[in-house]
Amino acid sequence: MQSSLRNMVLSLTLISLGASAGLGFVYEMTKAPIAVTALNKKLDAIKQVVPEFTNNPNDEMFMLPTDEGDSLEVYPAKNGEEVVGYAVRSYTNNGFSGYIGFMVGFTPDGAIYNINVLEHKETPGLGTKMVPDGTPEKPEFKDQFKGKNPAEFQLKVKKDGGQVDAITAATISSRAFCDGVQRAYNAFERGGLK
Amino acid sequence: MNQMQNFTKGFLKENPILVLVLGTCPTLATTSSTMNGLGMGFATTFVLIGSNVVISMMKNIIPDKVRIPAFIVVIATFVTIVDLVMQAYVPSLYETLGIFIPLIVVNCIVLGRAEAYASKNTVWSSFVDGAGMGLGFTGALGVLGAIREILGSGAIAGFKFIEGDGILVFILAPGAFIALGYLIAIVNRINKA
Repeated sequence: MQSSLRNMVLSLTLISLGASAGLGFVYEMTKAPIAVTALNKKLDAIKQVVPEFTNNPNDEMFMLPTDEGDSLEVYPAKNGEEVVGYAVRSYTNNGFSGYIGFMVGFTPDGAIYNINVLEHKETPGLGTKMVPDGTPEKPEFKDQFKGKNPAEFQLKVKKDGGQVDAITAATISSRAFCDGVQRAYNAFERGGLK
Repeated sequence: MNQMQNFTKGFLKENPILVLVLGTCPTLATTSSTMNGLGMGFATTFVLIGSNVVISMMKNIIPDKVRIPAFIVVIATFVTIVDLVMQAYVPSLYETLGIFIPLIVVNCIVLGRAEAYASKNTVWSSFVDGAGMGLGFTGALGVLGAIREILGSGAIAGFKFIEGDGILVFILAPGAFIALGYLIAIVNRINKA
């Protein structure tokens, strides 16, 4: 088809209009399911890192400042009226491939209940060993943190003078893991939640 | 060419990955397991069929000089639809494929079929062409994903059949190149015979 300014402008406008109408429709349709999936994912992550709770931690979320000037999201878990734990959404940028996101759960006395790795790009087979939960017979990297209180448990790998057994061949990932947990604890402590 | 040949040409004779070697970036990046490969393949197939059909419907109203921008708008629309739908209904797959879904927009196969086929042929043949090419792409990704998953993690479609780790390199980027290279060699041999 011969091109003229008029038909070029007209056809591109029409196509863009059609495209935006279609996208608007699909967006409206998928908006609700996307929000539900995101919320469920968050609640699942919280469930894994704090003791059983009856409230909706997402509704009671508040922010706590960190030492670096930004703030972390904190989700309080309550069983009835009593607070049974806090899930802190923490992160680190020191992973072997950059950003790692965590959900770190504390009991009200400051001890770590469990830790959940939300997103990471670590090397499969090495850094990824930070993700799974172990069993009593076959503990995993994460299990050494459970029940420990960072006030007396040095959150550093043994190479750096701490008390954490690093993952073999993944010292950088292990350091980053400690960094993320420490960040959560610092915010937790500064917020006076203990 | 009859429609049957038109449909099957994407499987081996003109397979987008193994013969034309188009769209290798998502191929290498997303085939760390069978399911990821297939998921990426089906997402691309949907975009291919959609864009082929719409573009061939509009081929008479698009002026030549702006045909590429027009094609890109259509393709990007379909990719965004896939992106939103996956985010809503298959969030786990969406998480693993991540950035590679939006990148379907710049996948050479999609624009290539629009320019080389859909803009010159009828709606029905464009649909068949898109479906054939898409399934050829999906098949290649599935096979590549399966090879890498079997060798790399000792599992098939998520079911482990050996204890412990596999040959780790096949999960990483170099393994993708090695596996793809052998696959291309085999398909070339079959096509020559």
